[in-house]
Amino acid sequence: MGFSTTLTVNGVIRTVQLDDPRLTLLDLLRERLGLTGTKKGCDRGQCGACTVLLDGRRVNSCLALAISHDGAQVLTIEGVAYGNRLHPVQEAFLANDGLQCGFCTPGQIMSAIGLIAEGGAGGDAERVREGMSGNLCRCGAYQGITEAVLEAERALGAADRKEVA
Amino acid sequence: MKPFDYVRPATVREAVAAAAEPGAAYLAAGTNLMDLMKGGIIGPSRIVDITHLPDLDRIEELPDGGVRIGALVRNADLAHDRDFARRFPAVAEALLSGASAQLRNAATVGGNLLQRTRCAYFYDVAGACNKRDPGSGCDARGGDNRLHAVMGWSERCIATHPSDFCVPLVALDAVVELEGGAGRREIPLETFHRLPGDAPQHESMLGPGEMIVAVRLPAEAARFAAHARYLKVRERTSYAFAVVSAAAALRLDDDTIADARLALGGVAMKPWRAREAERILAGARPDASVLCRAAEAALAQAKPSGDNGFKIVLARRIVVRALALAAAGTPAPMPALPASPFA
Repeated sequence: MGFSTTLTVNGVIRTVQLDDPRLTLLDLLRERLGLTGTKKGCDRGQCGACTVLLDGRRVNSCLALAISHDGAQVLTIEGVAYGNRLHPVQEAFLANDGLQCGFCTPGQIMSAIGLIAEGGAGGDAERVREGMSGNLCRCGAYQGITEAVLEAERALGAADRKEVA
Repeated sequence: MKPFDYVRPATVREAVAAAAEPGAAYLAAGTNLMDLMKGGIIGPSRIVDITHLPDLDRIEELPDGGVRIGALVRNADLAHDRDFARRFPAVAEALLSGASAQLRNAATVGGNLLQRTRCAYFYDVAGACNKRDPGSGCDARGGDNRLHAVMGWSERCIATHPSDFCVPLVALDAVVELEGGAGRREIPLETFHRLPGDAPQHESMLGPGEMIVAVRLPAEAARFAAHARYLKVRERTSYAFAVVSAAAALRLDDDTIADARLALGGVAMKPWRAREAERILAGARPDASVLCRAAEAALAQAKPSGDNGFKIVLARRIVVRALALAAAGTPAPMPALPASPFA
């Protein structure tokens, strides 16, 4: 049986033939499109490493069936920088040591972009921790991650929030 | 994951027809379904993808002042709908205390009602579970069961229903609209979920192929908006299921409780409405002795199912605390940081 799904991934329209409807959005990105920046951690919706923006909203791509999202817009970590200039959230993660091993970082950054697009945390560290609780970091870089999100939120400012996503 | 046949119906009628076949399962966001399929806990032979059905993603104000929430409305969209959160603040607070931001962005209203228990033995396909494999036994009995049910459980099953959203909904008399082969019907949420009894594999009153199309809250439910809270206690501050939770809603007439609604989460295989406690509260002043009496009544039938006697004590305290928070008034910026008992 043949299916196909057409997605706009990082601004580019991609049509993928699916020979099996079990393919998740995560596996489509990594295995079929070679976009391996999005990580497979738990593969069960618990760790947040696979976070992408789907139609502008952060979701766990491991729980999304690719075939069900025909026509959707997907933004992954590969699509957030402006050419050679990093996205302000990426800059903030570097400046604030928001990572150690880096495995969870693409998911953390996509989640932070999503959080800021949703209206942000109002400069409140407690709200950053609540808003980012779906992204686990086994290295325990949470302090740096929290600082990074607060700084990125300040850098982006309220007026730009909607444009980021 | 077992192979399945994928169908994408264009109408609710087509969906119901496609799902009438044994082994079929509806797919909405899949936040719980995909997890269960990946773990081999369930293996549907047919997936009926309802996410493209029209008109099920709306929040509609009804002429009588109630609200009708389509089954495909996302948890985050409902919680952040300003009118909805203003009129039903405890429901918004419950939604935002559940799962993570990523999951709330995807998960739907209908899916929330139908999510499966998080009992570890239900997820462990190597173990015995009467819910997953009827007649196989229950490894949670005598196992690691400190978070299991203290009300309405049976020897066959001591699992709990994990939803936060359902707790204020059941307190506020929500109604579930269903569509099946025989047409449309509706059922109060309070009777929608089933206690385990001898057949824990049957978790709701849904018939074969029947689907949830909407959840309704009556106009009456908005009359509690000024004094409504959802309080959830978890083992960490965020992104965890409730150990115990309570939805408390009061209508105050000067200093007297004119009407009260109370329900508990995390204690049973369904959101637990505490009607006797509501009767005690009605007509009384919300002072400590009354709130304690209400809490005693709410947990009167509670019984440990294992190493979880502490949940009964905790639940009484959470009831008192939730009622006291509700009496103090719904905070102006709602939701405040959701449902932290330390706030």
